[in-house]
Amino acid sequence: MNNLVIKLKEANLTGRGGAGFPVALKWESVINALGEKKYVICNASEGEPNVFKDGFILENYPEEVINGIALAMETINASEAYLYLNPNYYDRFEENLKKIIKEKSIKLFKKPHYYIAGEETVICNLIEGKKMEPRQRPPFISTVGLFGRPTLMNNVETFYYVSKINKGEYKQTRFYSLNGQVKNPGVYELPENLSISEILKQTDNFPDFEFFVQVGGGAVGEILSSEELDDQAKGAGSITVYEKEKTDFYKIMENWADFFLEGNCDKCTPCREGIYRLKQMVKEKNIDLSEMEPIFENLEKASFCALGRGAAAPFRDLIKKILK
Amino acid sequence: MSKEIKIKINGIEYSGETGETILKVARRNSIKIPTLCEHSDLEPKASCRLCLVAIEDRKGLFTSCSTLIEEGMEITTDSEEINRLRKKNLELLFAQHIERCNFCVRELDCEFLKLAKEYEIDIKKYEDRKIGYPKFKFGPSICFDSSKCIDCRNCIEACEKQGVGFLDLESHNSFLEVIPSKNSKRDCVYCGQCAIHCPTGAFMEIDSIAEVETALADKNKYVVFQIAPSIRTTLGEEFGLPYGTDVTGKIFAGLRKIGAKKAFDVSVAADVTTIEEAGELIERLTRKKILPMFTSCCPAWVKYVEFYAPEFIPNLTTVRSPQMILGGLSKTYFAKKDGIDPQKIIVVSIMPCTAKKYEITRPELNIDGLPPIDYVLTTRELARIFKRNKIDLTLLESEKGDTPWDEPTGAGIIYGASGGVTESALRTAIFQLTNGQKLEQVEFKNLRGMKETKEAVIEINNIKIKVAIVNGLGNAKEILKIIKQDPSRYDYIEVMACPGGCIGGGGQPLPTTQEIRELRAQGLYNIDEIKSNRLADESPIIKKIYQEFLTNQEIRHKICHTHYLVKQKENNF
Repeated sequence: MNNLVIKLKEANLTGRGGAGFPVALKWESVINALGEKKYVICNASEGEPNVFKDGFILENYPEEVINGIALAMETINASEAYLYLNPNYYDRFEENLKKIIKEKSIKLFKKPHYYIAGEETVICNLIEGKKMEPRQRPPFISTVGLFGRPTLMNNVETFYYVSKINKGEYKQTRFYSLNGQVKNPGVYELPENLSISEILKQTDNFPDFEFFVQVGGGAVGEILSSEELDDQAKGAGSITVYEKEKTDFYKIMENWADFFLEGNCDKCTPCREGIYRLKQMVKEKNIDLSEMEPIFENLEKASFCALGRGAAAPFRDLIKKILK
Repeated sequence: MSKEIKIKINGIEYSGETGETILKVARRNSIKIPTLCEHSDLEPKASCRLCLVAIEDRKGLFTSCSTLIEEGMEITTDSEEINRLRKKNLELLFAQHIERCNFCVRELDCEFLKLAKEYEIDIKKYEDRKIGYPKFKFGPSICFDSSKCIDCRNCIEACEKQGVGFLDLESHNSFLEVIPSKNSKRDCVYCGQCAIHCPTGAFMEIDSIAEVETALADKNKYVVFQIAPSIRTTLGEEFGLPYGTDVTGKIFAGLRKIGAKKAFDVSVAADVTTIEEAGELIERLTRKKILPMFTSCCPAWVKYVEFYAPEFIPNLTTVRSPQMILGGLSKTYFAKKDGIDPQKIIVVSIMPCTAKKYEITRPELNIDGLPPIDYVLTTRELARIFKRNKIDLTLLESEKGDTPWDEPTGAGIIYGASGGVTESALRTAIFQLTNGQKLEQVEFKNLRGMKETKEAVIEINNIKIKVAIVNGLGNAKEILKIIKQDPSRYDYIEVMACPGGCIGGGGQPLPTTQEIRELRAQGLYNIDEIKSNRLADESPIIKKIYQEFLTNQEIRHKICHTHYLVKQKENNF
């Protein structure tokens, strides 16, 4: 087995884009896939509200990220790589990244503003010049990805840690985006096994008021009450604090619905129409779980891609746990 | 390489092949799985989410339209959970679709509404999302009522497959929606494949039924109908007859019932087109004029050349399409012969086609200031007229068409299938080049069939004719690229915009699929096979018309030929 892949395995590195898939496994499947040509894609789409750690990494440690991409290209034997940036990051970091990339065959690609454009099969379609729609899986992109070739896709933070692991500098940390009603918002690099309440305490952000949090992303992230903070922060590693008394629950839900409606591809019925109906209900402050639950179920079980499947949980949890 | 795969559906074993979807195997075995966005011509979209099934030992549910079978798969097509999800999806789909059921191309056979009944859903559970969405009219041919659209995007793929790409997605209020392209280099060619592939009637022909009914009620008008070659083996479908059934005589009978003064057969004029076109081809070949020569019977193809590839306008034959020739003959030769004022004649053409509605508006086709054709109705519109008048086609006794345009040759009838125009023209070209010898070979089976591009070389008296036959405009686009590279590769190219030719036309009954197109085409070839005259030149009607009327170059040009113009974009919104 490749030396770096062994190191990744020993480090137990998991993907930092949100899904948390073991990195070494992903790399191995691309190494084992047959193909004359292979691609590496670094996903810097970071499109969810309240998540901004990839931007922080690109601003402060771009060399590590590019090094991680180059290591991946070498390891899986890819001749080309794409760094897929959201429009804001593209405009902010293009110049500096190009200076670091120099002669390496890493191309920058500007993402459209839609959230769905961060989904891995959508990214492949867009780089190929096709429609902004997810692809049916299987096949997975590790075997049939960009231009039909085996493709390795990881997120910015993952490539940062690949570089660190290769240098032997990895200390089992990850990046957290702290925001909402906190005293010290920002990005913190802390041990990955910290509980949510520990993270809030160590960053001097633990609220002295009644609150709840959304963890792992400002739209698809999990809603947790202040009693449920013993777990680690999952997903994309964001923690958003809401002060219970001052929060307009209907407004939060409407914002989620708007975000999904604006960011989805409108391909499948549950995501396009189901979320629209949820939006109408929260807008009219008409919270009736017997009407909403069938839509939640439909989103979770019948959507085409993970975006729709993940869209129901925050609504349900907010209503059941917090709004009651 | 395909290999047999055994699967179980609802506990019963079935076999399929590598690459087949669950849906395909289920349908072959008459297991119903509901679908809306699926069409066998197109890639699986898996967007309506109605065809969800469960697979043993796999987490979640799978769309059967897009999931390939694997050895040992055990599939469940119905369960309480699956039905619950299908119901919710149907409710959500109806929540965007505005029902205009009384005036819809699907009014008499709507799968969407059938599913609503089958799953007992409340189609008005939610307020319609698309209230006030716009209607777009594409030329005089097609209406896109975007408030009926369920966003399956089949129309976009169908239009792209045609090489036209006139339909785009545009973002409005957080929804990506189908809209006609604003790009000045893209325009509709009116082929109607959007209507063929739309599951909810959002795309349909611009209806001329009311105008035709008004003309029929007007005592001062003399309404003659003429029927296209292909509709004789397709209209029956609307009345439950098997695909490909010949209903020519029943159509004539039905037309008389609704008040037709005369019921003519456009296939007769197809024989004129054949003779004129074969003559032009021989002239171009022997005098080394511009080649390859393109057919021009298909108005969507003509518009495509005029708009997308005007450099090829000189390649189009100047011969008019059969419907225009017959309309012209009716308002001149027939009118004079029967002593009718041509101003009073209203010619209604029953066509498999939405682009034919556009063709009749071309001013350059007018004869003595009159348009040869007044209205075009699609096959579907004729079915609607019959049904509204309580005419059941299946119960009618067959009748003959009216003289003088009653008896076509087999050559005129096969015009309706891809390859038919070429086969007819070759029969005549060989006959003429061999100075009227009896044809040894009448059938050119290698030119037939649904294959998208067919090629052949025919040698007659040391003259080699290299032909290509294309169906589906997207394939024509490819042929044009080939000709640009190698201009002498072909002498004669037949293009029909719709898959399979006119039997797959944009005005044909719904559904239209590859299997159905094959059966419709076979129906036409069956009629040809038993005709005593299978060569245009042998038709007594044709002999007579050339002796009595089309006697000189000038009159032939006036009735049978035309010219083409570079087209600017016509549909701006």
